[in-house]
Amino acid sequence: MSLIFEKSVDGRRGVTFSALDVPKYTLPPDAEYLRQSPAVLPEVSELDLVRHYDGLSSKAYGVDSGFYPLGSCTMKYNPKLCEDTAALDGFCQIHPLQGGLSAQGCLEAAYLLTEYLGRITGMDCGTLQPAAGAHGEFTSLLMIKAYFKSIGQNRTKIIVPDSAHGTNPASAAMAGFEVVNIPSDCDGFVDIDALDAAMDGGVAAFMLTNPNTLGLFEKNISKIAGIVHGRGGILYYDGANLNAVMGISRPGDLGFDIMHINLHKTFATPHGGGGPGAGPVLCKEFLGGFLPRPTVVKDKNGRYSLKDGVRGGKSIGKTRAFFGNFLVCIKALTYITALGAEGITDAARKAVLNANYMRALTSEFLPVGSGACMHEFVASCEELKRDSGVSALDVAKALIDCKMHPPTIYFPLIVHEAMMFEPTETESKQTIDAAVAALKQIIETAKTNPESIKSAPVSTPVGRPDEVKAARKPVLRF
Amino acid sequence: MRYTPHTQADIDAMLSKLGISDISELFGGIELPKDSPKRGLDISGLSAQETERSLKRLAAKNKVYDTVFLGAGAYKHYIPPVVRHIAANPRFVTAYTPYQPEMSQGILQAIFEYQSCITRLTGLDASNASMYDGATAAAEAVLMCAGGGGDVLVSEGVNPDVIAVIETYLSGVGRTVTKIPLGADGLTDIEFVKARLSTAACCLISQPNYLGNIEKAKTLGGLLNGAGVGYIMHVYPMALGVLASPSECGADFATGEGQPLGMPLGFGGPYLGFIAAREKYIRKMTGRIVGATTDKDGKIVYVLTLQAREQHIRREKASSSICSNEALCALTAAVYLSAIGKRGLAEVGEACLSKAHYLADGLQKAGLKLKYKDTEFFNEFVTVSDPADAELSADRILRRLRRRGILGGLRLSKTELLWCATELNTKDEIDGACRVISGRGGRG
Ligand SMILES: Cc1ncc(COP(=O)(O)O)c(C=O)c1O
Repeated sequence: MSLIFEKSVDGRRGVTFSALDVPKYTLPPDAEYLRQSPAVLPEVSELDLVRHYDGLSSKAYGVDSGFYPLGSCTMKYNPKLCEDTAALDGFCQIHPLQGGLSAQGCLEAAYLLTEYLGRITGMDCGTLQPAAGAHGEFTSLLMIKAYFKSIGQNRTKIIVPDSAHGTNPASAAMAGFEVVNIPSDCDGFVDIDALDAAMDGGVAAFMLTNPNTLGLFEKNISKIAGIVHGRGGILYYDGANLNAVMGISRPGDLGFDIMHINLHKTFATPHGGGGPGAGPVLCKEFLGGFLPRPTVVKDKNGRYSLKDGVRGGKSIGKTRAFFGNFLVCIKALTYITALGAEGITDAARKAVLNANYMRALTSEFLPVGSGACMHEFVASCEELKRDSGVSALDVAKALIDCKMHPPTIYFPLIVHEAMMFEPTETESKQTIDAAVAALKQIIETAKTNPESIKSAPVSTPVGRPDEVKAARKPVLRF
Repeated sequence: MRYTPHTQADIDAMLSKLGISDISELFGGIELPKDSPKRGLDISGLSAQETERSLKRLAAKNKVYDTVFLGAGAYKHYIPPVVRHIAANPRFVTAYTPYQPEMSQGILQAIFEYQSCITRLTGLDASNASMYDGATAAAEAVLMCAGGGGDVLVSEGVNPDVIAVIETYLSGVGRTVTKIPLGADGLTDIEFVKARLSTAACCLISQPNYLGNIEKAKTLGGLLNGAGVGYIMHVYPMALGVLASPSECGADFATGEGQPLGMPLGFGGPYLGFIAAREKYIRKMTGRIVGATTDKDGKIVYVLTLQAREQHIRREKASSSICSNEALCALTAAVYLSAIGKRGLAEVGEACLSKAHYLADGLQKAGLKLKYKDTEFFNEFVTVSDPADAELSADRILRRLRRRGILGGLRLSKTELLWCATELNTKDEIDGACRVISGRGGRG
């Protein structure tokens, strides 16, 4: 499909502005700061624009289009109600610097959401400032760094299991830590001996994803907490996978000190084709003073305000301008308000039911690892590839032809030819049955006619891209 | 309210497939704390209708100002309805990051077009797919430029929130910022920079600066380019139809807050960070990047590319940990820029400039003085009042305006205010506000 730039016609106008009702001001014509060559933006009519994006949308696929069991991404239905509340003028038209007195509703909303997230996670305090999960990790790691500095300890290392999401080690490095990778066993559980050996006095924190990236609830948490805390370290919880445990088990009660949450996963805010999300950080009281500034506080008259220097005032500063992706937070607040405690627990239970049901059906024709899973499970195409040459990538591409979004593939790195399925609680049994039937058909075809699977997808506007060419000779703009 | 579709019959059938009788059995393996403190969730669920009412009640506790003269990092511009409608398409809204290019060409092409718009705005060679916000874009540009060591020079004319975020990002790797003071003209002190060229890694200024003043960005660029010091310009996109592009000024990186390009104020987010760079930085660039390639039939295909920089491949050696970015905001900005087009960008810039100067004239007639009267400004400027005139103190002015439903400028001190005007402010609004300040609108 041609680019909007290719549809441009010199002199054509789309949206125009009101005629100038004040005298036109001109800057000195010889000034060095005047633009010499104009920004050549597309010149199209409003209708051209609408049709262009209608065309693009027909080549996009969201949760609203169909099943999207992308593991570790929690692609649940995004309630329309949340879109509406976040679009209210009383939120959208509020300037972040207009003053707390005229923005009591915004401050109350932020306070409430932080409070609810604290109750859900068993943590004492938090911030909504981080814009995504990785940003929450980075924020937390800077807090951990500041904490150790404040007590005069020089801890320079972060331990990360090899099954962790790539953002964990990358955030640790950005925060200036040395990353120590430790192995996981074949179910993705922490190798306790390796942790024990690595956990010395130079380690600031251990980052754990729970349920782990194989969808299993870590079995040795109290032992892990004992080792980490015993040597003065901090236990970090990557809460991207909270969907399975919200309302059931709380990281704060299990000994975790600090965590991030992906509102754009667990709390149903839409992912927007890659954001905006929101990655609030929640922590225990002893780390609260290091949270980014400012903090929303409530006084005894029930009035809300923004304050710096709360809880001892050792804030790491700011990791984003203003207060975070506020309208995304409104969507999450709406979702939690609607579900309530019972709805939240129910969602987690159904997410786990769906994942186990899908896992059981899939296990009839693909290896899926052992034991009951939580919100997601990982199947492996290793045998299939050995026997037929058809890889996880090929199977994923064939699923596209079945009008569904494929699972996450090649993650976690510790399972070969991994396919990670996360159906989420908002999908029905019928949807799951149909998806597994399609998957089964693909696996069977792979054994008899592998070439047909390797040439998938065939129903899409384009075939598989030449990625090597894309990286070797980058074409990044029109 | 529930969003789970399970009927009892579904649940029974699923449980029977699993050979269990209750969902709780699936949680049998999980370790629960022995002495759970039981600070219960204690949130009672509501129906959809009640939830909506409850959120509306919260929204109603905020004051929506129809007339706004406050900017300082977040700007109220006209958002054409077509922008909102296109960006609300569920196929854009409810998609994940486009990991499967064959079924995500719509999103990938939209981001490719966004990147193209940003390179045209800035004149630079490449843009990434978006950043969390303008401040984090600036901070990551600094990290890219200063990775090899050397001083990080940041003008005090940069938005204080942006400086704060840069400082926080640098603190991780034990680095600090050297602040370049402003001269009496409200512009970055170029002599200060000159004296530090030999030890500087990079220099970041804002155009126009936080106080609205138009920096001598090209003169500075000549100096920095000559000394091989990385040059980052943090720019207000609405000014780029009028003011020299970062490329014309010699910048290596352009960063900025993209919120004015079609996003509402939204109490601070979600916004859009943009970042563009010269060719030689492309392989060090932070974040997602969309590129064009072909499929086996030679058809053009857009894909996420140059992934060898990123966290899922490089882990602790990645150029950044950014994963989810602000894709929908990037799409929104591309729609906005395509909707207003080449001429619209120049027109909206001229309108901002002219309205701000009309406002400045009016405020001077009302008794305020311009703090930097010999320096050109774009659409923000600072006024000072006579400390002896209590009626014209910053607090009194803001209060009087507030009573008439007008949001005045940002209070910088007892006597100083930072004002902003955009194309949305009409002559009548401006006249009215100035009347309120001068007292002719009735003091109160
Ligand atoms: C386990 C885990 N951690 C962290 C992240 C990073 O989250 P974000 O993309 O919001 O930065 C993800 C997202 O995919 C994840 O699955």
